[in-house]
Amino acid sequence: MLEKMIFGRYIPGDSFIHKLDPRSKLLFVLFFVVAVFLANNVATYGLLLAFTLFVIFISRIRLYFLLNGLKPILILIIFTFLMHIIFTKEGTLLVDLKIIKIYEEGLRQGIFISIRFLVLVLMTSILTLTTSPISITDGMEDLLNPFKRFKLPVHELALMMSISLRFIPTLMDETDKILKAQLARGSDISTGSIKQRIRAVIPLLVPLFVSAFKRAEELAIAMEVRGYRGGEGRTRYRQLTWGSRDTISMVLLVMLIGALYLLKG
Amino acid sequence: MKEILSLEQVSYSYPTDDDEVVKAIDGVSLSVKDGEWIAIVGHNGSGKSTMAKLIIGLLFPQDGVVNVFNEQLTNENLWDIRSRLGIVFQNPDNQFVGSTVQDDVAFALENNGIPFEEMVKRVHESLKQVKMSEFLDHEPHHLSGGQKQRVAIAGALALRPNLLIMDEATSMLDPQGRDEVIRIVQELKQRTGLTVISITHDLEEALLADRIFVMNKGKILQTGTPDEVFKHGEQLESIGLDMPFALRVSELLRKNGLSLEGEHMTEEELVNELWTSHFKM
Amino acid sequence: MDISLQNVGYFYSKDTPFEKRALQGVDATIHSGSYTAIIGHTGSGKSTLLMHLNGLLKPSEGVVRIGDTTISAGTKTKGLKDVRRHVGIVFQFPEHQLFEETVVKDIMFGPMNFGVSEEEAKRRAYELITLLGLPEDVAEKSPFDLSGGQMRRVAIAGVLAFKPSVLILDEPTAGLDPRGRKEIMELFNHLHKKEDLTTILVTHSMEDAARYADNLIIMSNGTSVMTGTPEEVFADEEKLASYRLGLPRSVQFQRDFEKKIGRKLSDIALTEEQLAEFIAKAALEEGADSC
Repeated sequence: MLEKMIFGRYIPGDSFIHKLDPRSKLLFVLFFVVAVFLANNVATYGLLLAFTLFVIFISRIRLYFLLNGLKPILILIIFTFLMHIIFTKEGTLLVDLKIIKIYEEGLRQGIFISIRFLVLVLMTSILTLTTSPISITDGMEDLLNPFKRFKLPVHELALMMSISLRFIPTLMDETDKILKAQLARGSDISTGSIKQRIRAVIPLLVPLFVSAFKRAEELAIAMEVRGYRGGEGRTRYRQLTWGSRDTISMVLLVMLIGALYLLKG
Repeated sequence: MKEILSLEQVSYSYPTDDDEVVKAIDGVSLSVKDGEWIAIVGHNGSGKSTMAKLIIGLLFPQDGVVNVFNEQLTNENLWDIRSRLGIVFQNPDNQFVGSTVQDDVAFALENNGIPFEEMVKRVHESLKQVKMSEFLDHEPHHLSGGQKQRVAIAGALALRPNLLIMDEATSMLDPQGRDEVIRIVQELKQRTGLTVISITHDLEEALLADRIFVMNKGKILQTGTPDEVFKHGEQLESIGLDMPFALRVSELLRKNGLSLEGEHMTEEELVNELWTSHFKM
Repeated sequence: MDISLQNVGYFYSKDTPFEKRALQGVDATIHSGSYTAIIGHTGSGKSTLLMHLNGLLKPSEGVVRIGDTTISAGTKTKGLKDVRRHVGIVFQFPEHQLFEETVVKDIMFGPMNFGVSEEEAKRRAYELITLLGLPEDVAEKSPFDLSGGQMRRVAIAGVLAFKPSVLILDEPTAGLDPRGRKEIMELFNHLHKKEDLTTILVTHSMEDAARYADNLIIMSNGTSVMTGTPEEVFADEEKLASYRLGLPRSVQFQRDFEKKIGRKLSDIALTEEQLAEFIAKAALEEGADSC
């Protein structure tokens, strides 16, 4: 189940979207998220949906993988849709099944909310699927740089984030190994009462913590020995370059927001 | 020849809860010259890892003096000295800081404020030296242990160090990874004359060194060239170390009543000796 | 308990963009009471294979038979706990699985999961502490206060404690110093004989395989490429080399030696001791001939 989850994972590629600077992608998603709330009628929601599909198309990520990977979230969206249909009792009555009455307003709102939810999830997924986590971190560090003036430890946050990202696969492997080792010793995590199951997690968590602390300690030593003394006087190896692609995407964003503004009711 | 490192009567004991104090390093003196390959060998717990920590200033001795590059190691010159030496630790995963190979190689350069253009040059150069150039953008979890250690060596080389310390750098690797790493260091040594201190419990690896220090219970038990040290084979075995293959076989042959002339470090030498002494008619 | 694999294949992350084949068409039989070594490089699929041997992974293709239990892609996970009681695995760096407050409690974890009574589990734990050569006073200590080598032994005891009839060892000596390595391997060899265990050793070390195993499975690229007795497998030097594997050092030495003296020794030397013995014998014959 978990290994099929696609949310937050990165698929390398060389599409237009893949090649964008992480800063432009981050800005784009940020403003897109806000712009989504401008939509309030068929035309604007239609535009949002069409635009999202267009982005998926040029990202060259297969829709099947995307939907398959987002299954748990899709279930949530369908659930929200049903809630709206059942509980909104405004507008004309469309279908009357005695127990459940579906009203026009309920259907309308259900569809709108679902589209809003869907485009938000799809757009953020496209961001993470086409941008390596480390690029996202770089982009964020750069965008947040002005806030250094307000004592925001931007460099430290970015370093923490990049190290966490770097260790996620290592720790996932480790979790899997420890889980397998305890299963082999007859531990049973998938059956029994809730209390039993919680107790069965201890043999997994303790070794995981012990190892994470050991890693952290060794990593800190390795960093220190390699001359790490905080952000002061440090140069940067990872450089970001803003290209014409990025300007194009910003222009597109402005056009989209303009269109949404004009079309909204 | 110039001296790179010296320890004078160095002692260190870890703080414990018990009153009884065991010295991890007990009055050790040694000196390493420029361009030497030194192996410090000993079983786990012999004090050899503490030695590494003292050399790079992670620990300071309670007694005695550690001199690196002819300067006494102190809190003040620590960072300067560290920027002139490279160290590769045991666990390949826990020293890989960067998110990709090239980021990791650049890490120490970034810390030392090297300008961008120079960094790019040095990253490529160092990766070429360890034959990892094609792996520039690989993420650590897609690399083998041996490859990760080679990246760690590149990261050390990028600073153009005068001294490379390998702290059990091959002990967690499979035989293939171990061979990769040793071969790379050997080549580097030959090409650049880099001074190498390798801390290990693998005597086959120690065989490649110019000089060996054998550690036991915090003291230096023996010093000398591999030939000199392995003459005392039984003593090495008694402190939990293994002798090189050819020496083990020689000893077994003698036990089987076969006379052999001299000591033979490599299989080839031993085969030749067997041929001349017993089979050449 | 016999274990057999028929045309076993396995995919990680099946049906996702990250799908990766790890095993393909593996055929192998491990007879009850044998000492089998599975040899291959990192990434050859040997670790994935070993997890099929006690139901930790279910094959995506083909069938695994462990005693009377048959496991294939559709097998329910529930019945597999019983298999695990009979097939114990000592994973690589097993000390990473320790978690209890005391050494004794950690060793008791396995047996108690498999329904052994508390007193019996405790009795076994103390017995194993002695058997593994640990000092007696470690019993009530925290496993995290022990040295690396001692932690390794405690973890091994934790698997031996539920008395599996098949014992799988995944690089059990990785990271140990030479003495520790030898002691642990000798211990397993002793148990193999005394307890009549079926032992499966996953290793990079041709020397360990040659010294201890009576049956070899060579893995390369996710499939079993050579199987047989050590004598059979080591006879085909070229084929081994094509999988980037070398001969054990004693056999290699024997080959170099034979080349030099221009004749073959009658037996293959699987250990250094045998090597010395065979060469001494040959020298004696040589001496007799020339007189």
